[in-house]
Amino acid sequence: MDGKRPRSFYVLAAFFVLFLVFLYGPTITIAILSFQGPEGGLTFPMRGVSLHWFRDLFQEQAVGDIWGSFRRSFALGLMVMVTTVVVSVMGGLAFRKRFAGSGLLFYLIITSLVIPSILISLGVGLIFSQTGLNVHWASSGFGAQLTWTLPFGLLIMFAVFNRFDRSFEEAARDQGASPWQTIQHVVLPIIAPSLIGVALFGFTLSYDEFARTLLTAGSYNTLPLEIYGMTTNVTTPVIFALGTLTTIFSFLVIGVFLLTVLVLGRRRARQGSDAGKGMV
Amino acid sequence: MQNLLKSRHIAGWLLASPLAVVLALFLVLPIVMIVIVSFWGATEFSIYPAFQFDNYEFLFGSPVTYSVFLNTFKYAAITWVFTLVIGFTVAYFLAFHVHSLTWQVALFLLCTIPFWTSNIIRMISWIPFLGRNGLANSTLISWGVIDEPLEWLLFSDFSVILTFVHLYTLFMVVPIFNTMMRIDKSLIEAAYDNGATGFQTLTNVIIPLTKPGIMIGSIFVVTLVMGDFITVRFMSGSQSANVGRLISNDIALLQYPSAAATAVVLLVTVLIVIAVLLRFVDIRKEL
Repeated sequence: MDGKRPRSFYVLAAFFVLFLVFLYGPTITIAILSFQGPEGGLTFPMRGVSLHWFRDLFQEQAVGDIWGSFRRSFALGLMVMVTTVVVSVMGGLAFRKRFAGSGLLFYLIITSLVIPSILISLGVGLIFSQTGLNVHWASSGFGAQLTWTLPFGLLIMFAVFNRFDRSFEEAARDQGASPWQTIQHVVLPIIAPSLIGVALFGFTLSYDEFARTLLTAGSYNTLPLEIYGMTTNVTTPVIFALGTLTTIFSFLVIGVFLLTVLVLGRRRARQGSDAGKGMV
Repeated sequence: MQNLLKSRHIAGWLLASPLAVVLALFLVLPIVMIVIVSFWGATEFSIYPAFQFDNYEFLFGSPVTYSVFLNTFKYAAITWVFTLVIGFTVAYFLAFHVHSLTWQVALFLLCTIPFWTSNIIRMISWIPFLGRNGLANSTLISWGVIDEPLEWLLFSDFSVILTFVHLYTLFMVVPIFNTMMRIDKSLIEAAYDNGATGFQTLTNVIIPLTKPGIMIGSIFVVTLVMGDFITVRFMSGSQSANVGRLISNDIALLQYPSAAATAVVLLVTVLIVIAVLLRFVDIRKEL
């Protein structure tokens, strides 16, 4: 194993690089094309380089209500994120012991994950319309998105608790901690980095969710719905400009989350053990 | 003891209650609603409660239904093969050929980041690449491989499947990589020590041990493709159909009962496929 790598390494590494090009190539392409000159079209060649299409984006009358929809998507993303974290942690704690009906609940989580999104959209939409309620992104849209983010949050929590060393908890209990104290001072700090992961899933999956929000957002669109609307009637690079901006925003969000995990990990490694620094 | 048992159930339900409420309101109830509405009737602009099998009769009586379902299975099968081969290879490289943990994590993240960005944007971004005057065509022409631009690159089954593979391969990479990382490396050394070639080790040791990850990835990819409606609509330029599009077309025409009936059949189909796949893996054990 030491020193020289086998030939297969280079073949696979080349394959991996190609995969990355496949993964990111199109996104990079539209990022370049969003700087098209005012005369340019949806494909190459570039007819000059300009910020024309970004400027177009900021003139509200040109293309729908982009900024309103962005604000709504952002708010909804935060709502879904917080709810996903809280509900997933509680659910993860619940599932550490079997309880009556836990098997059924588990299969519901899996169903929630694999059910075609359009069914949620249609079903929730029908319930609201038949009961005379108005669909709104913050009520029906919010609930519909949770059926997509919660399964991911829970699967992460299951994975975390499967690897959780119970002896920490037992130690706390032996020292006289109440169940709530054990969770607050022992369990939550240990699982904190994975909670950031859950939050990342909660926010980004909500921010980009389309199918489950389609019939449940009501008259005020979220950003993906706005973009979807643009795909049918906008034929200028303005849509690439929007795509580039929202992708950059996603990258920023992902970066912030990953950085937080990294900083938490560093700090934990530096502080290390607190043995001998007891409270007594 | 009886008391203790009782409190365990109560504590469990207290903690799980928010989850149960959300799933009851936004998963179970909508499914029930769809099943009920699938028996209703519809006029041109409204729907009315009834108990009739007209929607199902129409659905199963129409030859379009069968060809559309067949098309849906075709998309799922082809996408599955490509995502599996690509996903397995990528995961294999990451798990067994990258030796430093830092690099493994970094490259793995690079593979998963697109998952957290917008699917619609990633779909749109194929247009400048595949279009009539797109990058692919102009490159091929400049190389002299073709004289005329290829028409089937965009708005065809090809572009639909390409986009599916592009969007969903990471659903294969993640679970397969996860299972591979848990394979005891000494098993592989043992295989080599006993004289197995690299290929024999792959087929006799690694692939069998990776099966649970493969199954979980397959469930993701198959269900996502079968339930899709937007990729097919957009990337086929509305020229191909799958079951999801059938449903969304009915919704656009306000024919909710008919959409609901199709949705029920789709759900049953998807659940059958998953039940078959789940026979090969115990998800709870694999997390």
